[in-house]
Amino acid sequence: MGLEILKPGLLTTIQDTGRHGFQKEGIIVSGAMDTFALRVANLLVGNAPHEAALEITLTGPSIRFTQDQLIALSGADLSPTINGESVAMWRPVHVKKDSILEFKAPKAGCRSYLAVAGGLDLPQVMGSYATFLRAFIGGFQGRALQAGDFIPCRTCDEQGIAQSFSSSNWTPDPQLYPNYQPNPCIRAIKGPEFELFSETSSTQIWSERFQVSMQSDRMGYCLQGVSLYLEEPTELISSAVTFGTVQVPPEGKPIILMADHQTTGGYPRILQVISADLPILAQVVPGQTISFEEVTLEEAQQLYIRQEQHLVQLARAVHLKKNA
Amino acid sequence: MRLFQLYPLGDAAVTVQFGDSIDEDTHAKVRTFSAYLERHPFPGLVEQVPAFSTVTIYYDPWVLSEQGLYNPYTRVTEQLQNMLKLAKKSQKTASPRVVEIPVCYNGSFGPDLEYVARHTKLTPQEVIASHSRGKYLVYMIGFAPGFPYLGGMSKKLATPRKQHPRANIPAGTVGIAGNQTGIYPIETPGGWQLIGRTPLRLFDPDREQPSLLQAGDLVKFVPISEEEFWQRKEKAHGA
Repeated sequence: MGLEILKPGLLTTIQDTGRHGFQKEGIIVSGAMDTFALRVANLLVGNAPHEAALEITLTGPSIRFTQDQLIALSGADLSPTINGESVAMWRPVHVKKDSILEFKAPKAGCRSYLAVAGGLDLPQVMGSYATFLRAFIGGFQGRALQAGDFIPCRTCDEQGIAQSFSSSNWTPDPQLYPNYQPNPCIRAIKGPEFELFSETSSTQIWSERFQVSMQSDRMGYCLQGVSLYLEEPTELISSAVTFGTVQVPPEGKPIILMADHQTTGGYPRILQVISADLPILAQVVPGQTISFEEVTLEEAQQLYIRQEQHLVQLARAVHLKKNA
Repeated sequence: MRLFQLYPLGDAAVTVQFGDSIDEDTHAKVRTFSAYLERHPFPGLVEQVPAFSTVTIYYDPWVLSEQGLYNPYTRVTEQLQNMLKLAKKSQKTASPRVVEIPVCYNGSFGPDLEYVARHTKLTPQEVIASHSRGKYLVYMIGFAPGFPYLGGMSKKLATPRKQHPRANIPAGTVGIAGNQTGIYPIETPGGWQLIGRTPLRLFDPDREQPSLLQAGDLVKFVPISEEEFWQRKEKAHGA
């Protein structure tokens, strides 16, 4: 049983919550751009939150289910349909054998997640299913999905319970999700080198809008807008960087490091996007604009904790539904 | 400068800085603390990345907060400060591992050897002798899986990067860029001057430790013949 890829879409990859523990060996974390959406999709079908799922980018794939399947779609609304009929997102959906999942136009957001009950039956590489495209490892044969691929799914021994999902119209409280609006305001804390920037630049980073350029990808978002400069040129010693680090190369155009970011870098780090807003940032479509709003480290961590609490609530609610 | 500084790298990582220059003393502190952390992981520690003068600790604020009860940053910095003291006390700085890297400095593997020789006003043999004489400290692994940032190359060998980067450099290629030397673990484009190639796999996702080299290792290059290169390559890559 599994998923037959009829059309691959723009960029469809297998991702999970990332390959952790190997950055010191130069191996990037990868994983879902929007880990919140990936975790919700998994929870909705009764999986552990960190299971592998498909990350679907803007132009979605066509997928045939070779078996009855419980699925959930989350993240960006790319107008999903099953056998031509529009299908609800953010809830468990029972799909009959030989049904075809397709996507029409992107309505909101950039990246959609497809989870299947039981998870995908693929080998882990270094403890993770995430696709690391540049090194050709993880995911499905280390690459983006292509037409003709067959992605095996684990048998789900809870088929009976799965049926009850399909019969209920249950959907979790939308209040629990991040608010994916276009041209969002992204909250950030000051980066380690914030104070090295000129007075003008350190004001402009909060007041100006920046356009996410078309060159943006899973590695990083290149921002167009005002150029930012250090008060005086300074050579930095390379050190670790992370998902959401906003670094500024000498020519002045900021880059936000995303899920496939390098492990270390030497450019001054003006901001760090807070973890709770990374899902919103992950859903920004190239061409849209963003602005930054300052929060303190303490606020950032409280927002993160609240998001985790929402996931715990959701996991409990799913558990209750399953056992109802 | 104080013994160390702690600063947040966002809301899920914290960096400990041991100095503000690239030198072996600073890196010895990095190595000692990194090794201590490796032996004493704490709940909520995700991973750690040693670099030239810093160790960055990635943590899960949710776990550190004990499901929202405590301030995670306060918690993690208390924990680290305590560990920094203990690491210093333990002084268990194991002597660095020396890793021999066989390199074939043959013409086809080192297409820029002649250029480096002309630039440095040495003969190709002198370049090879100088490059394989030194011991190189692995300051950090970064840029690509298993890519070592090596310190300690003789200044005599310094050669600027190529004007036009090559589109494909085979895995295992040894090169020089400015006053640095390095080894490409995977096939990548790049602008380094290429002087040789090793048959060893610097990166293998199926190994328990995928990167052959780790921060803190000492590297010694050992010149080998082309015949030996092919023999060792066969061995390294299995039948």
